[in-house]
Amino acid sequence: MELTTVWFVAIATLWTGYFVLEGFDFGVGMLYRVLGRNEPERRAAISTIGPVWDGNEVWLIMAGAATFAAFPEWYATLFSGFYLPLFAILVGLILRGVALEYRGKRDEPVWRSRMDAMIVVGSLLPALLWGVAFGNIVRGVPLDADHEYVGSFGTLLNPFALLGGLTFVAVFVTHGAIFLALRTTDDLRVRANRLATRTGALGAVLAIAFLAWAQALRGDAVSVGIAIAAVVAFAGGLVANVLRREGWAFAGTTFAIGLSVVSLFVALFPDVMPSTLDPASTLTAVEAASSAYTLKVMTIITAIFMPLVLLYQGWTYWVFRQRVVVA
Amino acid sequence: MDTLDLARWQFAITTVYHFFFVPVTISLVAITAGLQTAWYRTGKEKYLRLTKFYGKLFLINIAMGVVTGLVQEFQFGMNWSDYSRFVGDVFGAPLALEGLLAFFLESTFIGLWMFGWDRLPKLVHLGCIWMVVLGTQLSAYFILAANSWMQNPVGFRVNPERGRAELTDLWAVLTNKVVLVTYPHTIFAAFMVGGAFVAGVALWHLLRRPDTDRAVFRSALKIGASIVLVASAGVAISGDLQGKVMTEVQPMKMAAAEALYETEKPASFSAFTIGTLDGSKEIFSIKVPYLLSFLATGHFDGEVKGINSLQDAYEQLYGPGSYKPNIPLTYWTFRLMIGVGMASAAVALWLLWTTRRGRAPARWLIWLAAPLPLLPLVANTFGWIFTETGRQPWLVFGLLPTASGVSPGTTSGEVITSLVGFTALYGVLAVVETKLLLRTIRAGLAGTDAPPPDTEPEQPDKPLSFAY
Repeated sequence: MELTTVWFVAIATLWTGYFVLEGFDFGVGMLYRVLGRNEPERRAAISTIGPVWDGNEVWLIMAGAATFAAFPEWYATLFSGFYLPLFAILVGLILRGVALEYRGKRDEPVWRSRMDAMIVVGSLLPALLWGVAFGNIVRGVPLDADHEYVGSFGTLLNPFALLGGLTFVAVFVTHGAIFLALRTTDDLRVRANRLATRTGALGAVLAIAFLAWAQALRGDAVSVGIAIAAVVAFAGGLVANVLRREGWAFAGTTFAIGLSVVSLFVALFPDVMPSTLDPASTLTAVEAASSAYTLKVMTIITAIFMPLVLLYQGWTYWVFRQRVVVA
Repeated sequence: MDTLDLARWQFAITTVYHFFFVPVTISLVAITAGLQTAWYRTGKEKYLRLTKFYGKLFLINIAMGVVTGLVQEFQFGMNWSDYSRFVGDVFGAPLALEGLLAFFLESTFIGLWMFGWDRLPKLVHLGCIWMVVLGTQLSAYFILAANSWMQNPVGFRVNPERGRAELTDLWAVLTNKVVLVTYPHTIFAAFMVGGAFVAGVALWHLLRRPDTDRAVFRSALKIGASIVLVASAGVAISGDLQGKVMTEVQPMKMAAAEALYETEKPASFSAFTIGTLDGSKEIFSIKVPYLLSFLATGHFDGEVKGINSLQDAYEQLYGPGSYKPNIPLTYWTFRLMIGVGMASAAVALWLLWTTRRGRAPARWLIWLAAPLPLLPLVANTFGWIFTETGRQPWLVFGLLPTASGVSPGTTSGEVITSLVGFTALYGVLAVVETKLLLRTIRAGLAGTDAPPPDTEPEQPDKPLSFAY
């Protein structure tokens, strides 16, 4: 495989990892306030992501930094073009990160409500806007010959991208609810399980519409196949959820999110930022890529250290594998 | 103001703000790890209580460091897309390495440390915080290597067809002589902040609550103040080496640090000057003869190039234009960095002296509790403002002017939105964080004296219950 392709796969993998992992902690963040009926329940719900959310978010930093290093043109066009949505995502992630860490530090209802509001908004806004952003990447945006974004903020709020945003929210809420059912006990666990069935039905409808539209825009046989597999995984996850098989349900939404993201990237390749203006203005992976030397060095270092990262991140999940009880 | 100025203000504000949390994090995690190690080795309860207390303060602090760091990762692309296009091939690599080797390590092991007190064997739990220490050190090294490349680009070639810089030698980038001196300087400076923070908090408790946990806070005061002293020696030595490297690779920055317009041999260092703001005319100044020569070259009679002759040389080399940074800014930030840093070392020394052999510190010293950590923190800020504005008008020295790096398609409205948004958000968060920090400091060691966790982890099948 060409190193450019290797790095396209690497970037796709990082985003896939990010959405699978942060997907459930976004979901928990959006849900715990309503799902937990009192403070001990809410604290238990939020504690399920306590030790891991920060590590999950590093997948985003890594996706950004790896894009910067391996595809500088892609990083430049994407981040400057999607300026305002990214600004809003950052604001959301800042509010959320601070609130997650500070919530338990003061034992006062007013303080906790404020932190709860920050966590809910900080989970909802990025989830929605990442969907909008990925919708736009796949659909294409107006780029000029220098690969500069020439649209406005309004251009990004097209129906397809907005559908993408809603899909991300509904699917992450479901993923999060299933995670909560898997990681808590008693009432909370039952309620999370029931909620997942309801949001899952909505998520399935949205996901099918979004993936079908995305494939209609720029899919090929392979990406269509992967998208279908994603839908099947999601359906399987929901069935398992109804049967109260929480582990299988979580595996289902995990694969559904992972395969969906992969299908979008497969549909995108070999482009990285399609232009809706002149097709010649489309930025391709090869055009956006760094030099062969940079890609080679990065490949070697990543091949050595990424398995290590997966090992210790996996170990964290193992250490905190027990269900959280409401105390 | 145009997009360029706005983008520069945004970078300055978000980066200076981010760096309020960075030195505290780097040093406080290491000090906490040291305290926990002391508890592990000696079994003395006071070390456990201090570990929990300062660990809590560290966690409050790093939360802000992490979220403001996200902005750093994004804004190269958002506001500086042409910079990203030009340097991504070189500059992106250390950033990606920072994520891969440092951020994963830090974030994962902080979670394990925070929630693992009663789930991991003591030694493994101790190892977790040391992994965080390793992560912060690696992070510092990689990001400083990236910054040092902007000060002194090495290990690359310019590809004229692609119109960009391309990496030819990653090792050269990672062993840039600038990063080799900047890394120790930054780390020692961070330890001045953390040591002063530990000492300042302890001092406040000793004077405000002299009957509560006196012995424990006496230890903390001594540990903190000693760290400040050792670190300040490290800062001075590494700073001296840095001055010589800077004179070699960025002579204009050294000349600007002294507002030295004409080449002098030997050159004196002015501790203080009254005159025109840009230092071109002076009315009164306190000068230390030979000192600048020594700082810049290591010899008391060494020649230091002046701004005017360097300007002429750069015009020959790079074409017409001004190659002078903002002289009043570089002149004063350089002095304030050194002066304020030395003041904090002096305070730490005095505290050690006045509390020697069981002596109680005088009541009025409580007024030093807050300034003590703030002094080295502000010195850190001045140092960064100096080194970053001293690089101007270059974004990458000798390669890319700052004006050429800004995003061409980004509108001033967008930059104003994010500039105002981040500034307002950061302002509010500063208040929230400071209040929480002060509250936690006031609460003191209460709640940290829970019986030490068992050496063996809980039963693996026992459900988790932890408060977040």
